[in-house]
Amino acid sequence: MPRITLIEHNGTEHAVDAKNGDSLMTTAIKHRVPGIDADCGGACSCGTCHVFIDDAWLGKVGEPGPFEEPMLDLNPERAANSRLSCQIDISDELDGLVVRLPEFQF
Amino acid sequence: MEAPVIKHSSRSLVGRDAWTIPLEEIDLAHPGIWQANEYLPFLARLRKDDPVHYCAHSPVGAYWSVTRYQDIMTMEAAPHLFSSEPTIGIVDVLPQFTLPMFIAMDPPKHDEQRKTVQGVVAPNNLKNLEGLIRQRVITILDSLPQGETFNWVDRVSRELTTQMLATLFDFPFEERNKLTYWSDIATAIPGAGLVNSYEESFEILKECLAYFMRLWRERAAKAPGNDLISMLAHGEATKNMPPMEFLGNLVLLIVGGNDTTRNSITGGVLALNEYPQEYQKLRDNPALIPSMVSEIIRWQTPLAYMRRTAKVDTELGGKHIKAGDKILMWYASANRDDAVIDRPDEFLIDRDRVRQHLSFGTGIHRCMGNRLAEMQLRVLWEEILQRFHKVEVVGEPVRIYSSFVKGYTDLPVRLIAR
Ligand code: HEM
Ligand code: FES
Repeated sequence: MPRITLIEHNGTEHAVDAKNGDSLMTTAIKHRVPGIDADCGGACSCGTCHVFIDDAWLGKVGEPGPFEEPMLDLNPERAANSRLSCQIDISDELDGLVVRLPEFQF
Repeated sequence: MEAPVIKHSSRSLVGRDAWTIPLEEIDLAHPGIWQANEYLPFLARLRKDDPVHYCAHSPVGAYWSVTRYQDIMTMEAAPHLFSSEPTIGIVDVLPQFTLPMFIAMDPPKHDEQRKTVQGVVAPNNLKNLEGLIRQRVITILDSLPQGETFNWVDRVSRELTTQMLATLFDFPFEERNKLTYWSDIATAIPGAGLVNSYEESFEILKECLAYFMRLWRERAAKAPGNDLISMLAHGEATKNMPPMEFLGNLVLLIVGGNDTTRNSITGGVLALNEYPQEYQKLRDNPALIPSMVSEIIRWQTPLAYMRRTAKVDTELGGKHIKAGDKILMWYASANRDDAVIDRPDEFLIDRDRVRQHLSFGTGIHRCMGNRLAEMQLRVLWEEILQRFHKVEVVGEPVRIYSSFVKGYTDLPVRLIAR
């Protein structure tokens, strides 16, 4: 079980055991981590599951996909390490991953 | 050039049985069933028997109706196939009477324009406005008559949305009804009472532009403030916006936030009266307000559909759609689709995945004002709960004659104090 750390905007840390095959969004929702709305249920079409990937993990997590890019691009808080968490699949590769949550979803 | 005058008379489905009527006679865009509140069985019939349905003859021409949640998601993921241009209403308007608004643009223009203005309704700015909005809410609620019947739509829904718009724009307060008037003009169908032609609408909107240009110059000369006009006047990306684009964006903000919020305010009272056990849940646990707000917005679905236009020949749900065809995505139906939403025909303020509705649309055009709308409704219900045991509906609601804007002109209520 990969262990993932989600850090809320106010600094509260949530270290959770994730399940391979779940998305990062689903992982956060299952563990009731506040700060992710996921209004479209993981269809990459609402942009309300925005997270910032810790720089050390950018290489492993990878770049936004072709459907994700336009949704991210409309987010006023978009940064170089922004991703939509519903588009990240949990695997053993990501054991130890650290992500930060934005103050607001849009 | 004659403006199209829309007459609906013969094809009303009111009183017809949705489950036996021949499919080809179903014209969802006819306002009759919406005003009579008889639309739900027709949506259910199409979801089941013909989810991508072609209406070959209607007073506004042929069009497709897409009624399943998943099919709408598919369309919204493909703006290159299903375009928001030239317009998102069912009727085509001549280009010379159309304001440039990014709601009716495709990428890349849409993305550029949305990015320049979306900061003004972003959650961080809303924090600054919340206190003022709460003050306005309190003043209105405290001025309502006790123990006597009045029209909730006029006294609260309409008044509050107008005042909220005035607050957002820091618009001269005594003249706030101008905002609602311009909003009504911008959405008016010529011949239906308010204006006789699109030329006339356009002339009136030019007055709106002149008024706002004056406010813009005043605000530009002052230090930056929290209101939308000041933000547009001082923002790097917006301060050099051409006048027509400025007007287009203003009208979009005014119209986008007006009827939709107004009708959600009314729809919420109606829903809580139809589901008294939900009203009790709310009194017992006011922490449910944010969740209830999402459920009210799903339940009301203030905009029944948005239109797309096929850019190329394509296929959807096994049907062949030709380039240029009009396609209506019926959010009002998707929000009742039990393939995605559990017990969709019940109003449940604490349902799971309550935010997963399509009232705000989805994809790149997903409502830019969604956080603002939710905040307004949340503040309103926080203050209502402080004051009243019940806003009691004491008569029948009167619904408006439109298949696009789902709304009310009348809702007789009486207040029961706490
Ligand atoms: C409950 C209230 C509201 C509802 C149900 C609602 C509904 C919608 C829907 C369905 C769309 C999608 C249009 C499309 O896909 O073609 C939309 C877009 C939009 N809404 Fe709202 N809206 C609401 C409140 C507001 C408010 C308060 C504002 C004011 C700021 C606003 C501004 C906009 C704008 C600017 C767009 C265009 C977004 C784009 O094209 O990228 N809306 N709204
Ligand atoms: S949940 Fe909607 S984009 Fe990720």
